Amino acid sequence: MKKILALALAASLLAGAALANTTITIGFFDDFESHLNNVLPQFQELYPDVTVETRMLGFGDHHDLLVTNLATGTGAPDVVVLELGFIARFVAEGGLKDLSEAPFNADEYEDLFVDYAWAQGRTPDGRQVAIPTDIAPGTMFYRRDHLEASGWTIEEVTESFDSFIEYGRELQGHGVFLIADAGSVAEALIRANVPAGDGIYFDADGVPQLNSERFLEAARMAQIVREEGLDAQIGAWSSEWFEAFSQGTTAVELSGAWLQGHLQNWMAPETSGLWGASEMPGNTLVSWGGSFWAIPGQTPEANLEAAWNLVRFLTTEPEIQLAAFRTMNAFPAMPATYDDPMFEEELEFLAGQPARLLWASIAERIPGVLTFAGDMIAEEIFGSAMGEILNEGRDVQAALDEAQMLVERRVRR
Amino acid sequence: MARTTTSTPQLSWNIRLNKLQRRVAPYVFISPFFILFAVFGLFPIVFSMYLSLQEWNPIQGLGTMRYIGLENYTWLMGDPWFWRSITNTLWIAFASGIPQHLVAIPLAFALSRGIQSFRHPLTAAYFLPYITSAVAIALVFQTIFGTQFGVLNQTLQYLATAPWSAWLFGGLADSLPVNWLGRAPNIKPAISLLVWWQFFGFNVVLYAAGLATIPKDYYEAAQIDGASGRQSFFHITLPLLRPMIFFAVTFTIIGNLQLFDQPFILTDGTGGTGQAGMTVAMYLYRTGFEWLEMGTAAAISWLLFLLIGTLTVIHFFFFGRSGLERRD
Repeated sequence: MKKILALALAASLLAGAALANTTITIGFFDDFESHLNNVLPQFQELYPDVTVETRMLGFGDHHDLLVTNLATGTGAPDVVVLELGFIARFVAEGGLKDLSEAPFNADEYEDLFVDYAWAQGRTPDGRQVAIPTDIAPGTMFYRRDHLEASGWTIEEVTESFDSFIEYGRELQGHGVFLIADAGSVAEALIRANVPAGDGIYFDADGVPQLNSERFLEAARMAQIVREEGLDAQIGAWSSEWFEAFSQGTTAVELSGAWLQGHLQNWMAPETSGLWGASEMPGNTLVSWGGSFWAIPGQTPEANLEAAWNLVRFLTTEPEIQLAAFRTMNAFPAMPATYDDPMFEEELEFLAGQPARLLWASIAERIPGVLTFAGDMIAEEIFGSAMGEILNEGRDVQAALDEAQMLVERRVRR
Repeated sequence: MARTTTSTPQLSWNIRLNKLQRRVAPYVFISPFFILFAVFGLFPIVFSMYLSLQEWNPIQGLGTMRYIGLENYTWLMGDPWFWRSITNTLWIAFASGIPQHLVAIPLAFALSRGIQSFRHPLTAAYFLPYITSAVAIALVFQTIFGTQFGVLNQTLQYLATAPWSAWLFGGLADSLPVNWLGRAPNIKPAISLLVWWQFFGFNVVLYAAGLATIPKDYYEAAQIDGASGRQSFFHITLPLLRPMIFFAVTFTIIGNLQLFDQPFILTDGTGGTGQAGMTVAMYLYRTGFEWLEMGTAAAISWLLFLLIGTLTVIHFFFFGRSGLERRD
């Protein structure tokens, strides 16, 4: 009897091993909740032997806890989502798996994605640490009522940044501000015309570029907007910013395509039909946000296959990308999805404009820019210099020379 | 000898156990504190000192620390942002700290002498900001300080234009609306105002408690001698309140040099234009957790400790001994 029991036990253990149930954890911030609730069951159907557990946190907490997890070497989920602004934080060697290497060989999927998004997940030393899932082509939202009142056409406004500023002067006569914050003009301009192979703040060799002509020009342009009183001096994500949108005190906003969803859902739903979207002035092509999936360096060997399957499921399947677009307004990073009828939809909030087609065409033209580990600090130092230029009237050259020095000091260490 | 000890093994075992128990028991009973202190108090202190001598990007894991000696400290000595954060911290500490006491002492005096009947509800009201979450307060103040729609600017706007107040506030009209949190010169006053408002009530409570210990006889005697209320405040209340002033000011020094939540929320975590609102504690946090230079962040924390220690010692040297001595 005992023998039979032992045999039965052994057999069941063997059977268990054969069905090897892998459990992996996926970590994300709350924006992804509805999307993942929607698509994870499909993944479970495809891979019944993989159990997916979820770890959802707030936007800031998600990225902060991941730093702690990597620092202590334990507790990181097997698959994580990263917002573009945080990629630079994690590009240091060892933080995230290099997905271009075996067994992942992610490079074979490169052609599926818009070029620039793929480049953003790549480090200067050629490691692909993150796979894009959604992108945010930079666009200009404008109030149609102010445009009409001024007698201008949108083509005239966006012809160049000079005509853009001229439009601002016209609006001044109507008691309307051109834009919420002059700083966003500089933010757009430094991201435009980045030489191929460079980052936004560093050239291909890692030398900071903060006092290069591109930055000086961007800062000067923003300075003109501020000095002539064309902006409302309101920072993004402040309650005053929301107020400006719903009251219509500003005429345009440079932003990612995602702003439309926010405006429509909670910032200024009552302004539906008053807005339009266009390319940025002077054909400026800019990426303004986006999300990526990645595998932390500490993910155990046994979970890698399942983790990679999940990443591929979430990023390389057109159907899943479209589902994300539908449930959380996340603009797909895959051009293959752009023929979907969803893109031709006339957006009521934008007065019936089929703006998604515009954003898709912008996305496909944005040139690739690499992500450097120093981007976070450089962005901070540049933002600070812009604050001094715009708010304290500091000389552009002097402020950017100091910014350059500060960044050099930090990265030379 | 040997035989006697082995002949009564059981007895001696019991006695020994008993002895041991008596000797060890107190330590066992007190050990929870020491264990918790070692894990959550001592270890982080020692580790942060060790960390301040290392270069470490936390996302690469614990194994990647690299010993660099005092380089973090020397680097910070030449770092413009570090010095700016020190100046900011001292500026805010003094601008919010001194008025706290200048208001709290007379107010506590007034509460204890004059308006007896409202004393408790008023003290409770002053104390309320102190027990409210600093983040919640900072969020409310952020709205109050808003440029276009903030209550503060709206009020100033009204005062500057209303016929009854224009003679006093009319001069402000040209500089309105004030960009409180966007312009560098305004950020520190805005933060100081918030900190002052949040903490003066705590000092009122401290001073009210201090005043309660001063015997009424002194005031009666002074009154009989013909002293005015003003004279009894300066010659009885203030001198006898010195130990409490010393205690409260020490609290303020330590607290104000570690300000974090209030400037962090008011400046959206950026430190504001030109880092005008970045305190040392904020710079420490951002260096460690946003820019991932943990070693440098640990060095900042030790330099901050040094600053707080120095100021407290100076304060103790000048006011402490004399203040405590004169307590009758």
